[in-house]
Amino acid sequence: MISPSPKTTKNTTAVLKTLKEIYMFNFKTSLKKSTLSITVGSLIFGMSMSAPATAKTFEPQQVTDMLHLVLESDRTIYTKKVVKRLANKHKVIKATESFEDDKSLPLPAQMFRFGAEAVADKTDKFSYSLLSLWPINKQNKPTTELEKKGLEYINVNKGKNYYGEETLGGKKYFTAVYPDVAVATPCVGCHNNHKDTPKKDFKMGDVMGGVVIRIPLQ
Amino acid sequence: MSKNILFWLIWLIGTVSVGGYLAAAMFYGGDRSNLLIGKTTSGHHQIELSCNTCHGNGFTDADTIQKACLSCHENELKVAKDSHPIKKFRDPRNAARLEQLNAQKCVTCHTEHKPELVSSMGMGVTLPKDFCFKCHADVGKDRPHTHKDLNFEGCASSGCHNYHDNRALYERFLEKHAKEPEMKLTQLINNLNYEKLSEEYGGLKRSDPLKPTEANAPKEHINQKLLDTWHQDAHAQNGVNCSACHQPNKDKQAWIKKPGIAVCASCHKEENKSFLAGKHGMRLAPDMLQSKADPFNLPFKIFKENKLSPMRPKLARLPMKQSAHGTELTCNTCHSVGKENHKFNVQKAKVQACLSCHDDEHSKAYLTSPHHELWQKEIKGELPKGSGVTCATCHMPRIAVEDEYENEVFIITHNQNDNLKPNEKMIRSVCSACHGLRFSIDSLADPNLIKKNFHGRSTFKIESIDWVLKRSSKPEETK
Repeated sequence: MISPSPKTTKNTTAVLKTLKEIYMFNFKTSLKKSTLSITVGSLIFGMSMSAPATAKTFEPQQVTDMLHLVLESDRTIYTKKVVKRLANKHKVIKATESFEDDKSLPLPAQMFRFGAEAVADKTDKFSYSLLSLWPINKQNKPTTELEKKGLEYINVNKGKNYYGEETLGGKKYFTAVYPDVAVATPCVGCHNNHKDTPKKDFKMGDVMGGVVIRIPLQ
Repeated sequence: MSKNILFWLIWLIGTVSVGGYLAAAMFYGGDRSNLLIGKTTSGHHQIELSCNTCHGNGFTDADTIQKACLSCHENELKVAKDSHPIKKFRDPRNAARLEQLNAQKCVTCHTEHKPELVSSMGMGVTLPKDFCFKCHADVGKDRPHTHKDLNFEGCASSGCHNYHDNRALYERFLEKHAKEPEMKLTQLINNLNYEKLSEEYGGLKRSDPLKPTEANAPKEHINQKLLDTWHQDAHAQNGVNCSACHQPNKDKQAWIKKPGIAVCASCHKEENKSFLAGKHGMRLAPDMLQSKADPFNLPFKIFKENKLSPMRPKLARLPMKQSAHGTELTCNTCHSVGKENHKFNVQKAKVQACLSCHDDEHSKAYLTSPHHELWQKEIKGELPKGSGVTCATCHMPRIAVEDEYENEVFIITHNQNDNLKPNEKMIRSVCSACHGLRFSIDSLADPNLIKKNFHGRSTFKIESIDWVLKRSSKPEETK
């Protein structure tokens, strides 16, 4: 659960729930501390009745939606303002998979994966990946049932996201699948012409894959 | 006292004594060789009695062992652009795969004390043969023209793939270098201007050369021969005076007659770091203890902190010359010329020093190899600098590493194992300077050719480049 401090909140139920959680946690943790926590709990409870609430708990879907906005925006900007502008328009540098040896730009899909791996190294509170029903790298095809369902859903239902819950490795996750749309000509050009592509007729605006974001629920 | 009670008493005392002795050996020190549960791999046998290095304080969990692996090997994986880094498997979507093969733990594939599992693939570590199958079972379907019906035991042993280091094996690299001739037009080994690079990347600052009269050692430590050899050598030529090594901390220190590794390391940092990571210096790495101090508050210590001794050829598993068995390996073993001589010889450390200990077929064959012939010609001035190939050229190459800020730094690596196994790691750092990729891959695949120190031609033909060319001319239809 992520609890920032927005200016106000109308969701009193959520606030009460949070306070209840604080109270219950303290009570369970230590008998000695319980009296204090009851006092503090009542105090905060009293304050929340008289002043605007200061805490809000976001639902997992709100969090994944916000994360996706950032991911999608950064990804689009890298594709358009870096790769398309420098590699396709001005032709001053290429974007290739072996970018270190070629002294070129990483491909947008690599850029996205590097970010996901760096995040995974820092936290397990959320994770994300870029998958497709027609991946060039076969490791990026759906592996879980929900991924498969989600990717098929966003492909058929244009503009819609897919949300669900799944259990992986004994842990329950909230999983969201967002459409990854061809926003620039290099997306379509590269994928249609790559020797390992399973699909060669992508057009601008097509859903080429999906961004999968997961949040553990336990 | 009845016989029965006496028997039990003796039994009890005996059990407690033996148990206590074994526990003390395990946690603090003593003869630990009896505790080894199986022969260690060739990578770790030198440090096998420093149990705590890997096992922490006794019975530790898998995470402690994992940290121990990474404390020595993490950096080399980073430099190798590891194809399967741990972070790749952190995403929960890999949960089902990790149940099959826990790719987040080194010991899943590389286990210790189980010599029967050490692969026949020329590796020093244990390595399962067909583990690629767990994630890449569909490769035959995805690459029908090249990978259909292939045996998964051959992925890594055929000269095609490597789980960690694919820098010289990945598809685009093979494609790019496919047409190279056996011998390149210019055959010069990495002839970078080391001094220039070293300064450029924040290396040693060099001062003006010193005259013999400027030597600042007390008279009792100087004689004419020492003075002459010091004055002609690199240290004096770059402004390094006697006290810099023999009394680095003038106010607090007496004159050190024989400065040790720590003094060398104060300037030659990266060389020292790599020396301690390789087979010559690993026993001297920090925290390599054969016994550690006990925590008991007794008036005397039962166990004192005792570091491992420097490596001696006698301890090696490779054949070594009898005459060198007792030689301890420190910087001076290879770089010092001899008594009363202050010259630090980098030439000696390229071949002569190696052959004074190493006595295996490959080492002995060097003197009749084409690489040795080139080196002789370079020494005579018949070929330009960088044409000769010495032991050090291949096993201690000049390489680029990253410093803590991810800046590239050029060093002469003193970790001779860094590019040794699997030997395809040698292609980029060494072979490719003179030889084409196909020639290099084929040569490194032939164990007999390696024994003969590359005198002759490879009898092996690795197909990877052909497959790549086949795929690029006629892309495979994938489903």
